Amino acid sequence: MSNLTPLIIEHLLIVLAAVAISAVIGVSLGILSYWVRPLDKIILWVAEIIQTIPTLALLAMLMILFGLGNITIIAGLVLYALMPIIRNTYIGLEAIPAHLKDAARGMGMSKPQQLIKIEIPFSLPLIFSGIKIALVNSLSIAVMGVLIGAGGLGYPIYRGIQTNSLERILSGAIPVVLMAMILDYLMTKMEKWMVRKSPQN
Amino acid sequence: MIEFENVSKSYGESKVLDRLNFRINPGEFVVLIGPSGCGKTTTLRTINRLIEPDGGKVFINGEDISKVNPVQLRRTIGYVIQQIGLFPNMTVEENIAVVPKLLKYPKEKWQPIVRELLELVGMPYKENAHKYPSELSGGQQQRIGVLRALAASPPIVLMDEPFGALDPITREALQEEVKRIQKKLKKTIVFVTHDMDEALRMADTIVFMSGGKILQMASPEELLQNPADPLISEFMGKHKGAPGASLTAGDFMKTRVLKASRKTQTLQSVELMRKRDVNSMIVVNDDDTYAGTVSLDTIKALGKAGKEIGDMMEDQAPIVNLNEDAHDTFEKLYTSPVGYVVVLNDDKTVAGLITKTSMAKAMGEALWGEMLS
Repeated sequence: MSNLTPLIIEHLLIVLAAVAISAVIGVSLGILSYWVRPLDKIILWVAEIIQTIPTLALLAMLMILFGLGNITIIAGLVLYALMPIIRNTYIGLEAIPAHLKDAARGMGMSKPQQLIKIEIPFSLPLIFSGIKIALVNSLSIAVMGVLIGAGGLGYPIYRGIQTNSLERILSGAIPVVLMAMILDYLMTKMEKWMVRKSPQN
Repeated sequence: MIEFENVSKSYGESKVLDRLNFRINPGEFVVLIGPSGCGKTTTLRTINRLIEPDGGKVFINGEDISKVNPVQLRRTIGYVIQQIGLFPNMTVEENIAVVPKLLKYPKEKWQPIVRELLELVGMPYKENAHKYPSELSGGQQQRIGVLRALAASPPIVLMDEPFGALDPITREALQEEVKRIQKKLKKTIVFVTHDMDEALRMADTIVFMSGGKILQMASPEELLQNPADPLISEFMGKHKGAPGASLTAGDFMKTRVLKASRKTQTLQSVELMRKRDVNSMIVVNDDDTYAGTVSLDTIKALGKAGKEIGDMMEDQAPIVNLNEDAHDTFEKLYTSPVGYVVVLNDDKTVAGLITKTSMAKAMGEALWGEMLS
């Protein structure tokens, strides 16, 4: 069991790194879709297409680009995490009542000021919920990393399959499930706090 | 000074503004009014360039505003909207300080402004500044909405139906406050409404618009005395005098009344009244004009079987014309010895009856709308 701890940490770091990168890209693309009207359909469509590529195929393609190792699985996770983040950002921004935008414009806010002062704070709970979905999904997808030479909890599971050892498989799978449950619980709490704190409720 | 020079705006085929020309003087309270779709809000929103006209020019103090950066322009013009639009993620203080902060006032400068403004509307800083908009009543929220528009001391304030969503009592209080503030701070206010009462109460000058054109631009008195267009008189009609003044006797009567010819015989009359469960009825002449009334009691006291009711009529019931003023009718009903009033058409035929019940029902409807019968 003790040799599992570094794997858990590595797994978590891979996922956190990937989701952090994805959040930056995804929120930016969400904002872009919101600002530049004809782009929204294209961006959302591409993100959705990526989502449908089988994990194994996507990782294999990325492996050609990035070679073996953690970078490849992180790249894969970034791509998978984009969809929920872009979509929730876009929906959150779109849901802002027209009169608030009108007031912000009428007060003399520039577009970036409207975004930072009004629109992002307003849609933050939804954006955060997109990140949460991405994070929980990534925890289990990251297990596939073992196939392209990445670290993390994929290794004990893979070994377990090869040696036909249920115990080994579970030693990898259970921490993934627990991490997912704990992170989901914590982030749901934070999300509820944000919704409660956002005063329009 | 705000000047419109041949300002036009179309959306597709429909012309929203049709070559508008007018001028608003500094310190003037101008109300734009007219039926929905007349272009009043569009006119207002061209002043801070939330809408760009297709043709013509708008000048503020002689400067063509299409040459001014719209973001900078809006910071120098106050803006209040019907939906209030306070930013829910900001406190009252932050909301009021939005424009001063955009203009990079230091905190030492904007905080006293917030204090002063809150005092101006009787909302102490200490209790209110750190609340969120959702913790305030609708009236308080719109007070903050007005203060936010005033915070950077803009000489011009635009108000787009600012009190339309408020209850009548709050609305009246805010109207007075805004009028008082405008006089005190000498602001030029351009105010959109569809409520003529509000326009008459607030305006120095009323601009009446229809179909993207100005039908009349005049003081409230002038508009009341010499409306330039039937549409304006119609708009004003509802707002003349006290509520209920235009009601007549016809509005209060019930039309299902028991009538009988004066040749009707006593037994038959008694039967008719029994069937309808009433104790008196109206007697009419052969040409259907009103003759009088007859009551069950009288028939019982005087009548013999086979006699005509025309011989035992009474004339105690007060009579009013259909168009008689409601107030006078009410007084007649109140003093009527028989408890009802007979309403006649111009040709003396019977139009209906006003009883205390029908009066109460009609008054209830006037107050609260359609009632269940």
